[in-house]
Amino acid sequence: MQFSIIVASPVRLPLMARPVAAGFPSPADDHAEGEIDLGKLLIGNRPASFIVRVSGDSMTEARMFDGDLAIVDRSLMPLNGDIVVVDIDGERSFKIWRERHGRVTLSFANARYPEFVLREGAEVEIWGVVANTIGLGRRCEIRLTKAR
Amino acid sequence: MSGQRSYALSDGNAFYCSCERVFDPRLARQPVIVLSNNDGCAVARTAEAKALGIRMGAPMFQIRDLCRREGVRVFSSNYALYGDMSARVNAVYRDFSPRIEIYSIDESFLDLSDVRPDQRGSLARDMRSTVQRWTGIPTCVGIGPTRTLAKLANHIAKKNPGLSGVCDLSDASVRAAWMARVELAEIWGVGAAGARKLMALGARTVADVASLDPRRVRQAMTVVGERLVHELNGHACLDLEQMPPTRKGCAVTRSFATRVTDLPTLLQAIAAHATRLGEKLRREGLGTDHVTVFVHTSPHDPGTARSVSTTAGLPEATNDTLVLTRAAQDAIRRIWKDGYRYAKAGLITTDLVPLANAQRALIGGYDRERSAALMVALDACNARFGRGTVVPASAGIVAQRAWATKFEKRSPRYTTSLDETPVIRAA
Repeated sequence: MQFSIIVASPVRLPLMARPVAAGFPSPADDHAEGEIDLGKLLIGNRPASFIVRVSGDSMTEARMFDGDLAIVDRSLMPLNGDIVVVDIDGERSFKIWRERHGRVTLSFANARYPEFVLREGAEVEIWGVVANTIGLGRRCEIRLTKAR
Repeated sequence: MSGQRSYALSDGNAFYCSCERVFDPRLARQPVIVLSNNDGCAVARTAEAKALGIRMGAPMFQIRDLCRREGVRVFSSNYALYGDMSARVNAVYRDFSPRIEIYSIDESFLDLSDVRPDQRGSLARDMRSTVQRWTGIPTCVGIGPTRTLAKLANHIAKKNPGLSGVCDLSDASVRAAWMARVELAEIWGVGAAGARKLMALGARTVADVASLDPRRVRQAMTVVGERLVHELNGHACLDLEQMPPTRKGCAVTRSFATRVTDLPTLLQAIAAHATRLGEKLRREGLGTDHVTVFVHTSPHDPGTARSVSTTAGLPEATNDTLVLTRAAQDAIRRIWKDGYRYAKAGLITTDLVPLANAQRALIGGYDRERSAALMVALDACNARFGRGTVVPASAGIVAQRAWATKFEKRSPRYTTSLDETPVIRAA
């Protein structure tokens, strides 16, 4: 089954309930303020934003879980502590980005992982910066725990 | 508006291939090609693929061995992806110019008339790097005082890597130097026949054409040729076409994945085409009072060829899928003949009318309100659950359409389907 895409058709939640008024018009009508656009909230720069799926558990301490959706914004410059999508020798993955004195380090966000070491002479290119995540994976994890 | 006009033409380099590369980092240095409908021939090639000698339009059966030997990555067309990426690229263009004309899926004209001449080049370089950074698509930009010169500048930018993807022909002396170095066949709108006529007038390069007497060119190539000479001399004859003109005609045609030899299969295919036609017309509020159907065999097949078409008239203009389907199927039954291996069928309509102010039939008109309500429900279901969820029974279940066009090597619809988003490793 296919779903409509988030970028093209934003999810809209009504900000005010507007029942059909058979008698008097609703006094709230004059105060209606439109809708909260969840798409706009999650996606800052549409043409540069891509929705991707997270696979793996190396980012759990950055609250990014297996199965989550991440919104990657390619127009953002990474700041210290940002989760980035990075191509290392043609392999695309998530890492934490830090820069100190002009030296960039990349790391996992999970204490159970060994320290990430970049191969000498590796080709590294930042593909984009994670602007938001949608925690679908985490919810599944909780459900599984309860079931047990 | 007064003063010199200025246009830019920006286009994506090997656009379909570049779209594929955005989502698969391993493709970065590999030769990549994208195939046409039915995986027939190469319609987009990266520089690496061109270097292997793969021509534009090369049939797949001719290059299959080469691709396997050289490790060429071959993709079917992924129109959902290319359309979405094209919309993103155009959104960036709009940040740089108030007026743009989307010329094709990978080319747009931008109006730069309000930009100071000495700043046009740097604006183009800035735009190019922004498109690359935001969308991952590499582009080339050509700038000139007319659309024809912008297109020529774009060609020069593409063929000369030293220009870093931007060529500005605003300056007359710069322009003259380049025009003397480019063959006239590269001029926008000059086909093989036009090139022959221009060469008969003694021209060889673009500069030669620009110096021809416009009246002589008009004699040989009508007013189109005359306009060309003016455009090459920096006098704009063509402005941007921003508003898509109301569609005058609409066609839905497809090659079959395998040859069709029986009537029921053809009727099913034509019903699916009619369904698609109805969708297209409803989206633009247009209707038609006739449909032309055609079906033909392949020129590549041995045996006798057959190519037939017929037109079915309707009592009044409509865009009701059920009415269109019935009319198209009746027409197909009239022209059907056994014993041929049909390769392609389609529906064509011309003289489309806005349905809101179309003339009503005195007798035999359709119940528009009822039809409209049904069609709204149909379109809503298909928008929500995917194209082909609800179709007339005669169109066949989508998954079982044996005749449907082949897209065997299509990449995921990365940006338009939640089931197919790129998966990125956190490990």
